[in-house]
Amino acid sequence: MSRLAVVVFVLICAAFALSWAVRAGVTGGDHALREAFLVTLSAFMTLAIMSFMYRDNPYYKFAEHLFVGISAAYWMCVGFWSTIVGNLVPRISENLSEFFKVPYSGGGLDFDLFFLPYRYFYMIPIVLGILLLMRLVPKAGWLSRWPLAFIVGTFAGLNLIRYLQSDFVNQISATFVPLFVEWHGFGDFIGQLSLAADGQFVAMMTNLIIFLGVLCGLIYFFFSKEHTGWFGGASRLGIWILMITFGASFGYTVMGRISLLVGRLTFLFRDWLGIMS
Amino acid sequence: MGNLGIIIALALIGGGLLWLLIRAIRGKEVNRRLIFVFILVSVAAPILFTITFEMKPTPIVQALYDKIENLPEGSKVLLSFDFDPPMAPEVQPMADVVSRHVLAKKHKAIFMTLWATGQAQFNITLEEVIRRDFPEARDGVDYVDLGYKAGNEGVLNVIRTDFKKMFPTDVNTVPWDSLPILNGVRSCSDFDLIISLGGGKPGVKEWVLFVGDPTRVPTAGGVAAVVAPMLYPYYPGQMCGLLGGIKGAAEYENYFRDNHPRYAGMTTPAMLMMGPQTVAHVVILAFIVIGNVLYFVTRRKEVKR
Repeated sequence: MSRLAVVVFVLICAAFALSWAVRAGVTGGDHALREAFLVTLSAFMTLAIMSFMYRDNPYYKFAEHLFVGISAAYWMCVGFWSTIVGNLVPRISENLSEFFKVPYSGGGLDFDLFFLPYRYFYMIPIVLGILLLMRLVPKAGWLSRWPLAFIVGTFAGLNLIRYLQSDFVNQISATFVPLFVEWHGFGDFIGQLSLAADGQFVAMMTNLIIFLGVLCGLIYFFFSKEHTGWFGGASRLGIWILMITFGASFGYTVMGRISLLVGRLTFLFRDWLGIMS
Repeated sequence: MGNLGIIIALALIGGGLLWLLIRAIRGKEVNRRLIFVFILVSVAAPILFTITFEMKPTPIVQALYDKIENLPEGSKVLLSFDFDPPMAPEVQPMADVVSRHVLAKKHKAIFMTLWATGQAQFNITLEEVIRRDFPEARDGVDYVDLGYKAGNEGVLNVIRTDFKKMFPTDVNTVPWDSLPILNGVRSCSDFDLIISLGGGKPGVKEWVLFVGDPTRVPTAGGVAAVVAPMLYPYYPGQMCGLLGGIKGAAEYENYFRDNHPRYAGMTTPAMLMMGPQTVAHVVILAFIVIGNVLYFVTRRKEVKR
């Protein structure tokens, strides 16, 4: 480690220690030290992650690794307490439910095993879960394919029907829109330059764009005919429709990212530095 | 002081962009770190000096507002908090204002989450909206928190036909049958409106696919901006309203505040975020122009060579 890196490290530690002390003094109360430490740590982590925009550095690496490690541990604990204790234990054993202090679901198909009532139906997920962990044993790794096949099959079956109904059938029916309606004039579109979709002219144009957009977008993906002549024109319009869609997505993504930055800066200015109310 | 600060900040940003444009015309490249600095200043200045805009609700936001507004008093509204802290800057304001609206109209609010992190986000709404603005609202009678249940789409598939099977108790382990608010609720079909607040998976899309469409219960959502374009096609056929990103939340906040004078003094975090959004978007547009100018200048130079 170079001398400059050590000096920078010492300066950063001193700055955040000072910030912790000042914050604790401002916060007051019984848990001032702890609360001030948490706010200061959050501020340090935020700045450490943001420092990547200058260039890769040890502070960024530290924050990144800490985040990954804590996330993995957090989700493992959540998985145990919500799936195994929350969903499985109440369905297999009254004694275990009492031990973990979760309400026993009761009823169903019970049988005695080691003098304890177990609902055998729920033994299947336990066995499948153990088989999934066989992946960690090189010689028995192939056993993990059985539960994996069960998971893939179940979700494929569940999703296939729902996606087919909602994303295919219902979305096709949503494109069956009236292209022409009885004409009552331009309405608010001319009078007040209103683009509200409840205006007759705007509604008609919207329906026309939906119809043409879907048709031309599909033509672009139809490769059994050469894209020339009117067919090529429609295909080019399809590309434009797709580009506008991607542009809208990009715009929304930018808005989302800026919102995150606003969130972090608000935290730094208000909770850490206390320079805004 | 605030106005002077924002004028100085905007002048600095404008002057800096002009300087970069002149450099681009001369064919000099822009360091990427300069772009980060400009974005930082353009976001920080409106936060510190507070710029706000009046927002008019778009039809898709207005539709959700009208739906909640026109439900008869005592209707059962299910709100699912399907988000985590990274999404909170965008989705928490939506969750707060929609929950406030539901309780202000004296509907019965049933809260749940499909995300483990959603419980902590609901606790924020509980403290900052329900307990602060509705001290008379009773847990288990006017609202209830059913908590988190693991299983993603599997949970939705079960509660569509049997809600109690997945949530035998509320988050405080009070049994289902002891909660007056849940009298008459057997499945999702017994709700008058379902609102999912999220932006990931499972989220609004899964609620539409696994519950809204099969049961025909009006379903609406509030989502992070990243996924909003993918959900617009569901309106108005499969969704009765959608708040897309922070702009949707700001429109809802403004409209709700204007039409409910009792909450005129409520916090409006989404509206406060629209100032930084606007300035940052203008700066990004300027950088797109500068980037294109630089591209054409460089290409012309190469052609000349």
